[in-house]
Amino acid sequence: MSRPTVDDGTVPPGGGQAGSAPLLGGAPEPTIFELSHPGRSAWSFRTTGIPETPLADLIPADQLRPEPPALAEVSERDLVAHVTRLTHRQFSVDLGAYPLGSCTMKYNPKVCDTVASLPGLTAVHPSAPASLTQGWLALLVELEEALCAVTGMAAATLQPAAGAAGELTGLLLMRAWHRSRGEDRHKVIIPDSAHGTNPASVTLGGYEVVTVPSDPRGCVDMRALRTVLDGDVAGIMLTNPNTLGLFEEDIAEIASAVHEVGGLLYYDGANLNAILGIVRPGDMGFDVVHLNLHKTFATPHGGGGPGAGPVAVSERLAPFLPGPRPVRLDGDGLEPSYGWAVPDQSIGRMHSWHGNALVLARALAYILLHGRDGLRQVAEVAVLNANWIRHRLSGTYDVPFDRPCMHEVVLSVRDLRREHGVRAMDVAKAMLDTGFHAPTVSFPLIVEEALMIEPTETESPQTLASLATALEAIAAQARRDPDALHAAPRTTPVGRVDEARAARRLIATFDAR
Amino acid sequence: MATYIPHTDDEIATMLASLGLTSLDELFSSIPEAIRVHGALELAAGVGEPDALAHLESLADRNGRQGHGLVCFAGGGAYDHEIPSVTRALAGRSEFVTSYTPYQAEVAQGVLQALFEYQTMVARLFGLPLANASLYDGASATVEAVNLGVAASGRPLVWLSEGIHPHWRQVVVTCATGTGHEITTVPLSGGTTRWPAPGPGGPPGVIVVGQPNYLGYLEDLTAARAVCDATGAVLVVAADPVAAGVLCSPGAQGADVVVGEGQAFGSPLGFGGPYLGLFACREEHVRRLPGRLVGETVDTAGRRAYVTTLRTREQDIRREKATSNVCTNQTLMAITAAIQLAWLGTAGLAEMARRCARATHFLFDALMAIDGVVPYADAPFLRECAVRLPVPAATVVDRMADAGFLAGVDLAGTYDGGDHALLVTATERRTRQEIDAYVAAFTKAVA
Repeated sequence: MSRPTVDDGTVPPGGGQAGSAPLLGGAPEPTIFELSHPGRSAWSFRTTGIPETPLADLIPADQLRPEPPALAEVSERDLVAHVTRLTHRQFSVDLGAYPLGSCTMKYNPKVCDTVASLPGLTAVHPSAPASLTQGWLALLVELEEALCAVTGMAAATLQPAAGAAGELTGLLLMRAWHRSRGEDRHKVIIPDSAHGTNPASVTLGGYEVVTVPSDPRGCVDMRALRTVLDGDVAGIMLTNPNTLGLFEEDIAEIASAVHEVGGLLYYDGANLNAILGIVRPGDMGFDVVHLNLHKTFATPHGGGGPGAGPVAVSERLAPFLPGPRPVRLDGDGLEPSYGWAVPDQSIGRMHSWHGNALVLARALAYILLHGRDGLRQVAEVAVLNANWIRHRLSGTYDVPFDRPCMHEVVLSVRDLRREHGVRAMDVAKAMLDTGFHAPTVSFPLIVEEALMIEPTETESPQTLASLATALEAIAAQARRDPDALHAAPRTTPVGRVDEARAARRLIATFDAR
Repeated sequence: MATYIPHTDDEIATMLASLGLTSLDELFSSIPEAIRVHGALELAAGVGEPDALAHLESLADRNGRQGHGLVCFAGGGAYDHEIPSVTRALAGRSEFVTSYTPYQAEVAQGVLQALFEYQTMVARLFGLPLANASLYDGASATVEAVNLGVAASGRPLVWLSEGIHPHWRQVVVTCATGTGHEITTVPLSGGTTRWPAPGPGGPPGVIVVGQPNYLGYLEDLTAARAVCDATGAVLVVAADPVAAGVLCSPGAQGADVVVGEGQAFGSPLGFGGPYLGLFACREEHVRRLPGRLVGETVDTAGRRAYVTTLRTREQDIRREKATSNVCTNQTLMAITAAIQLAWLGTAGLAEMARRCARATHFLFDALMAIDGVVPYADAPFLRECAVRLPVPAATVVDRMADAGFLAGVDLAGTYDGGDHALLVTATERRTRQEIDAYVAAFTKAVA
């Protein structure tokens, strides 16, 4: 399949397009272990002038291993060539649009890389006392305040290292709050459209999952919700907009119903990008909010981490936050000073240190760059882009919930499956040949053969048109020559991989080969 | 204000028109008016790149003493190791930085193969057959190991050595409020863990011990293994991965699970993150393994390929029955570690460990010549040592900062007698000149 062009006249021509195919790395790359050559090396250390005492003179000889662990023996030149070839076998946002629904794969401003490599930030040891880390503490306090402003909450912890860690933190906060009131509740409600981390976190939080169905409009079924609400419900976890890309319009009613039985509302911030500056979780009635800084604030994703999943809470939950927390101290100096404080009824600690600090620094930079107006524009254009895609593709693909969406749209390939045996995964694999990443596939679970598309605000109208044209061409091919799609992708460094074999005959290290 | 949105006003108007809309506001008509933001968020207006950078630089300049960085003699799970240009350059490649979890393996072979190489290196380092693609940090790896051990043994009682990093122990205890695991801290005696006989609570399901422990002392893993053999407990060793370059591998000494903090391999101190949690285990625990795992397979043409595997353990499929809620790992840090370990190589890692050990022992000997400075305990140590002081550790840290040093980690509030004790390390980056100057300043600081 050749690279599509903007040809439908709905957007002005010209302008850059973010897409690239095929990737360069067509040749297989040996592992670093196969590139090893005995005696070859790359390392060098400082000249220190410290006496070279044998190790056996310093510690008991029986504690020493007879041989060092085998790693690799390569020259620096070999290492650079190897890793560079690996990068040629890797798609990324910098190369092209990555419309992976629920993941917010937006462009990551390069200035944030510069921030994360400032020596005054990178060289600071995390155990250094507050008097030697005033800059870091000020940064963390400033970020916490900005996140509270964005979410409409009172206080936040920056410790959780990722969204799922934030979820668990939030659930432990809910547990501590109920306990402080002498209550021991057992159930947490989750809609059937929720991310899989939600139920897994609920279990680790010591709660039982109660699933509520979605109604025909794709939102929480209020009637079903009311039947499961009782005094044993600790709270409900919601993503709003939800994973169908739809805003839960009844959120105020849901909030009061949950609060009426003494439960709390947890906001999964995976989809916060859609509502920046438009509506705040705090104003919707949420008590606990986690944010995914790698998504909404582009810190970026790093191939699957590091992320950062701060948790913001309402006033009544603030005394339970993990500690120590960075705080601004009252002082009479010209410049404010900062220190650490452990909240009265703190649940404890959720990270080895203070959270993924350099990720947090990137997020603050992103917020400063955008400011109040810029963040609102992010949401506006993210939602505009998603609706443009929905509108453009609604004649080509089935749209199970066909009404205006927020930042992402969920399509279904069920008709193509029924009529031509083409599945969502086939469409996704064919997308890889067009220079774009595939959408999220087979999620949410409540939509048959789902394709979840989140274009984000940083993709241009030209890129969107090109993306849509590619998806239309794939649908046409599905009708004309479905087998061709089963054989996709063709232009990627490897063809479709055998996932079943990987699980059946596990080879998780080079030594297991 | 900086903008990363490419659209012109005309393009926005055209797109809105194609949707039958006239304003961006109309896109949000499904959001009830009553709960909307009226006016603007309480944030400053956006600024351009130079202004944002200047602000962050001004914050960075407020760290250290009077804006000067400190020569680092502190460790305690975060170490000032060499990060060569090659590691910085390769780990900063945007193909790694700006991609996501390799859901589509056909366009993610770069990340997947790098993680496969990482898993191999971690497994070899710890002497176990299997390692995952990393967890968040040392603390989260320990929590996951405890969860695995409890599930495998069927017993929720956990014996946690006091020699485990105090913060990691706090995280384990915090997470246990959700899982209901019963955590008993086994105190140090003479610097190392003395395992008791099982009490009224019965035998433990999991025991967790450091190697070396947080205070730098070498533990007797054979004794820990014997406790496990007698009780059926799962042995979790929290190992310093640099020390593992020269010490007997925990796997060879009977560990079922080995966890660790991987920061030493290419991640800067960075005020504590992002780092990465190392996690290796025996094959029998593979179905309970937390986090991502990369496996080798083939593509349709029979070519070698890599893919995330055994995903039925994971929460997107297994939901509330998943082995863990960990969805992302610390891929970029894991790739960085793989690059750094390849740069070090077989000989370089061992040499780095030897250099750390020699520098720390050289420093220790010099400190022992100072009046009133004595060892915290009388046990062998490798590359980190705890010392008792005649004055509060906080005073020493403060005075040493004036001389340009981060003296060590103040043990106040974490160990018996800790307010007059300091944890000190000298990595391969510390020169004799720096150590001599440190010792001279230290002599004055404790006087």
